[in-house]
Amino acid sequence: MNKLTGKLDNPLANKSTQELIIEGAGCASCVGKIELALKSIPDVDNAEMNFALRTVLVTGQVSVDLLIKAIETIGYNAKSANEASDDELLDEKEIADQKYYIRLMRQMWVALGLGVPLMIYSLAGGPMTVDTTLERGVWLFIGLLCAAIMYFAGKHFYVGAWKSFTNHTANMDTLIALGTGTAWIYSMVVVFFPMALPEMARHVYFEATAMIIGLINLGLALEVKARGRTSDAIKRLIGLQAKTARVVRDKKEIDIAIEQVLLNDIVRVRPGEKIPVDGMVTQGHTSIDESMLTGEPMPVEKFEEDEVVAGTLNKSGSILFKATRVGKDTALAQIINMVKRAQNSKPPIGRLADIISAYFVPVIMITAIVSALVWLNFGPDPALAFAVVSATTVLIIACPCALGLATPMSVMVGVGKAAEAGVLIRNGEALQTASKITAMILDKTGTITEGAPKVTDIVIADNNYTEEYILTVASSIESGSEHPLAQAIVDSTIEKGIDPENVTDFHAIAGHGVEAVFNDHKLLFGNQKLMLKYGVALNGFVAQAQQLAKEAKTPMYLAIDKKLAAIIAVSDPIKSDSIEAIKRLQANGIRVVMLTGDNRATANAVAKKVGITEVFAEVLPEDKANKVAELQAQGEIVGMTGDGINDAPALALANVGFAIGTGTDVAIESADITLMRGSLHGLADAIAVSKATLRNIKQNLFGAFIYNVAGVPFAAGVLYPFFGLLLNPVIAGAAMAFSSLTVVSNANRLRFFKPQDH
Amino acid sequence: MMIINLIGLALIALIVWWFWLYKPEKAVDSSIESITIVVNNGVYQPSRIKVAAGKKTTLHFFRKDGSPCAATVIFPNVEVSEELPLEINKSVELPPMPSGEYPFHCPMKMYTGTLIVE
Ligand SMILES: [Cu+2]
Repeated sequence: MNKLTGKLDNPLANKSTQELIIEGAGCASCVGKIELALKSIPDVDNAEMNFALRTVLVTGQVSVDLLIKAIETIGYNAKSANEASDDELLDEKEIADQKYYIRLMRQMWVALGLGVPLMIYSLAGGPMTVDTTLERGVWLFIGLLCAAIMYFAGKHFYVGAWKSFTNHTANMDTLIALGTGTAWIYSMVVVFFPMALPEMARHVYFEATAMIIGLINLGLALEVKARGRTSDAIKRLIGLQAKTARVVRDKKEIDIAIEQVLLNDIVRVRPGEKIPVDGMVTQGHTSIDESMLTGEPMPVEKFEEDEVVAGTLNKSGSILFKATRVGKDTALAQIINMVKRAQNSKPPIGRLADIISAYFVPVIMITAIVSALVWLNFGPDPALAFAVVSATTVLIIACPCALGLATPMSVMVGVGKAAEAGVLIRNGEALQTASKITAMILDKTGTITEGAPKVTDIVIADNNYTEEYILTVASSIESGSEHPLAQAIVDSTIEKGIDPENVTDFHAIAGHGVEAVFNDHKLLFGNQKLMLKYGVALNGFVAQAQQLAKEAKTPMYLAIDKKLAAIIAVSDPIKSDSIEAIKRLQANGIRVVMLTGDNRATANAVAKKVGITEVFAEVLPEDKANKVAELQAQGEIVGMTGDGINDAPALALANVGFAIGTGTDVAIESADITLMRGSLHGLADAIAVSKATLRNIKQNLFGAFIYNVAGVPFAAGVLYPFFGLLLNPVIAGAAMAFSSLTVVSNANRLRFFKPQDH
Repeated sequence: MMIINLIGLALIALIVWWFWLYKPEKAVDSSIESITIVVNNGVYQPSRIKVAAGKKTTLHFFRKDGSPCAATVIFPNVEVSEELPLEINKSVELPPMPSGEYPFHCPMKMYTGTLIVE
């Protein structure tokens, strides 16, 4: 877990610019006072206040607390703009969203307050025409009322449309403003100059204007509500952070806010409490539930010098630990950051919607004009009224906001869903590619297996020796070696309470093993080649060694005074759930290939155990990437999973690189997806989530497109010559609001997706 | 009728020119003045910003629009995306970039802007 930070390094960690928000600065003369107060602090290089925003930008290596104190002494309040905790930001966001929601709902009611009665009147057969002077008067009054509603409930559309127009861009505001504006202006022309129009065209559309503004505000309000639910994953991650920490200062334990924990503080955590910051246990022993971060259900035992991670739950014992990462540097804070970033990055499929929306609005404006012209030239009477209705309807129904929502909404849910399962997805592109993987390469050591070899068998060949003596000799000779198998032997002897002793004349013989002298005995420890080289008789033990190799164990011969003493077998145990996870991958039609630098016999034995038929064995580290390229040349979309430094090039080259979170920083940095728990189930989960997300995005794009693509010709009046049907602009407004709603609720449906199908 | 048709065609030509063919040339230079980009009413203001190539840049955003879309700004080319709190100045740090034009936008691309790196 702690290794995660390697790639998530905060680029802002050493920033020398700080921003403060000033409260209580009422006039421009305060600016000079505040700037002066800040500049008089020795280490401040510069302080510049933006009076309009009430913020001040300070450069220099000074702590925020000092700056705030300086401002407080001259009578203002200040708080840091950058250091606001995620929690606070989230609260603020929720309050802001709530305010916005209430405003939209109010605007909706105002607009529908006029629109609905008018529409009922028109549906009930009430004449919407202007013929008599009385009718002119009444409609003029309603027209002005409608204008007031456009101002109070729809001002944001018109201002937005105008602003973006002057910026040479067009957006959904443009369409709404044009649509409702056209309907209103036409209706006012009818009211003022009814005589200039043919009798049949003297129809007003005030109800359309009011209804559309009301419905679109409703759509936006519902979207705000639904969006709040979508970011649940982030909220849950942020919720993992403890609020306070109990630190030891001046030999006393005090409770302080988590933001105030400093690096190297000694922190006390009692049973049932959350770990507040990242650190290293200095005293005590406990078991910690890390499932909220990794999805791994089993609690993890922690002893002195073990790492603990912020956000995880202390189950049993009371421990003291030294804070090694605090604030925004903790693994949890960085995971939150990474998930946020990934949620906002778009997969390639989303760019389709982008390209469309960039051209869409102007194209729709042109379509509306063309449609109006066609009606004017070829339409039946009243051509002008038909032209206005069709143009208005085209503009309203074509609004591309649902299109713009389609991808980001699903990605937000999908990435969050993956994070809940302990899978960190780097960006939208990785999410999309993962859904298309056809072949998965698994590195053996540390990925399929634990990566920590253990002594499994000791076969005594010479009955003069006890097992204990053999282990003492073996560990004594191996304690000088850095080979991972040697480490396994040393570890298992220490576990049994045996201490290695000193050896002399130690030599490593490359590709064979080692030789040394121990208590005047000549020792040889290594493979069969080493024994043959020194003429050690192996008698019947070769068959035993081969048997061990078939069980995926690595046999090593120990000879004392050139006589075979024992065979010690070492093996790297397979992770308990590797077999099941690999089955899940294969069940998804993915070709699973094992890659290892180990010898063929061991590799084949492991592969057989886990159910993999394709094995690349004895692959040199520098050739791992070549194997990825080899599969890619066969037309496979290749996923590569590894944990070591030597896997990095292959991880980078693969279409999707998966790093085991317990592995090295380099591997994580080269990968697109990080599995926070060691289990390979993360792979199958990642692929399942990405598939579900992609499916969801496609549904969304379809849902959004259908309203636009099918709606536009319908709105332009294509059906009219055949069925005499022309879409009502109000229906178009409702359809538009519904298209956003469809997309948002479909994306929310993804929240109930369960990646684990066992 | 002829005149109306001509007006319609002229409008179409105008739309094409205004939204697609028109190339804005003026950009605000961030090295000369400190810029705060105001996010409101569907536009970033200013929306064309000149920044120095190969150097870290800090941009300040100030969001006034409550709509959820405006709440996030994305710089897709450098994989930066930041939440913009409502009515609070927010600084966004960008890594050094080689010269060229880089778009930035909100998730729905309702708000769009361009960084001119030179
Ligand atoms: Cu819309």
